[in-house]
Amino acid sequence: MSDSQWPLWEVFTQGEKGVPHEHAGSVHAADAEQALQNARDVYARRGEAVSLWVVPSTAIVASAPSDAGPFFDPGNDKPYRHPQFYVAPRGVRMF
Amino acid sequence: MTQTTTPQEDPAQVAAFEARIAAGESIEPKDWMPERYRKQLTRMMSQHAHSEIVGMLPEGNWITRAPSLRRKMSLIAKVQDEAGHGLYIYCGTETLGVDRHELVGQLLDGTAKYSSIFNYPTLSWADMGVIGWLVDGAAIVNQTVLAKASYGPYARAMIRICKEENFHKRQGYEICTVLANGTPAQKAMLQDAVNRFWWPSLMMFGPSDTDSPNSAELLKWRVKRKTNDELRQRFVNLTVPQAIALGITLPDPDLKHNPETGDWEFGEIDWSEFFEVIKGNGPCNRERLEARRKAHAEGEWVRAAASAYAAKHSARGAQVA
Repeated sequence: MSDSQWPLWEVFTQGEKGVPHEHAGSVHAADAEQALQNARDVYARRGEAVSLWVVPSTAIVASAPSDAGPFFDPGNDKPYRHPQFYVAPRGVRMF
Repeated sequence: MTQTTTPQEDPAQVAAFEARIAAGESIEPKDWMPERYRKQLTRMMSQHAHSEIVGMLPEGNWITRAPSLRRKMSLIAKVQDEAGHGLYIYCGTETLGVDRHELVGQLLDGTAKYSSIFNYPTLSWADMGVIGWLVDGAAIVNQTVLAKASYGPYARAMIRICKEENFHKRQGYEICTVLANGTPAQKAMLQDAVNRFWWPSLMMFGPSDTDSPNSAELLKWRVKRKTNDELRQRFVNLTVPQAIALGITLPDPDLKHNPETGDWEFGEIDWSEFFEVIKGNGPCNRERLEARRKAHAEGEWVRAAASAYAAKHSARGAQVA
């Protein structure tokens, strides 16, 4: 073996308790344990994370940018899903 | 090399892409992009990643000879950061559809370029201070603007890097301050390091805009947001007062303040030196590449062991299941 290219893992970091995990980047690693260690060394050298997720990049399924319009359309054409759609009587304090 | 689209690309698609850029939108990995944009970014980002990796060598040279434990810890942390920065940018480059493996191969076989500055030797401890101050200072000026680049993964890597570079610059300037207030020999050592690194630091911003083949295209696509000359001037304006505070001189007899523009105007850069270093004829080009190749070859058993360990465990897992 002259060289090796380990699989790619996507790294998600949680900055502090109570906030969601966010995508930070990726690392190459031979297995999950090494992926976690590499992710720690690359993305959390200064206390940037209290929790890490690593996911094989091949396991991620993403929506296609070219379909973004029609794909998200059902969420855009229903204004009645937003509170601003409804009229409240003047003087009544809504919560 | 000014061709911006290949013939088979749909002009309407290119126009839509350029309109997105003009509107300040961020381009993401799965978005359509002209082949030339992809190519230019791959070239620029991989050169940047290689620079971080090769940049570990001149400083690694002084880890064993750091004058105190405090300095040694800082220097180890800084060199580790450079490795991290290389990995952030390799990771960003891979989103363009190229393997890190391939990029590292280009570095090791000498076909890829990296920043000319790392082909200069680090001859004294003062070089550690001056590199942190000037070289990382120049990198911050450059990278702060790249943090607004049109390609999302590159911009995000730069934001991460900029946060860490401030530590690099401050630890460097602290070393310079201590030497500047030290014995005459320490002060002379600092002055010598500044004399050697000043001009190469100015060259880090790349050729003048009139001689930079890639600038116009990169500016149009907002990969770059400022020209090489603008960034160089900004660096000089920030750095001269810091040099005055240290009580050292900068090796440029033509350096003078222009009260009208507020700029510190500087003398002519010796571009022949820059192009020689880029071509591979700098003082340390061969030594740097040899060191990288040796490190890569000597790390092979570690990579092989990790792969074997992973294979063994996944086989065991399969048996249990």
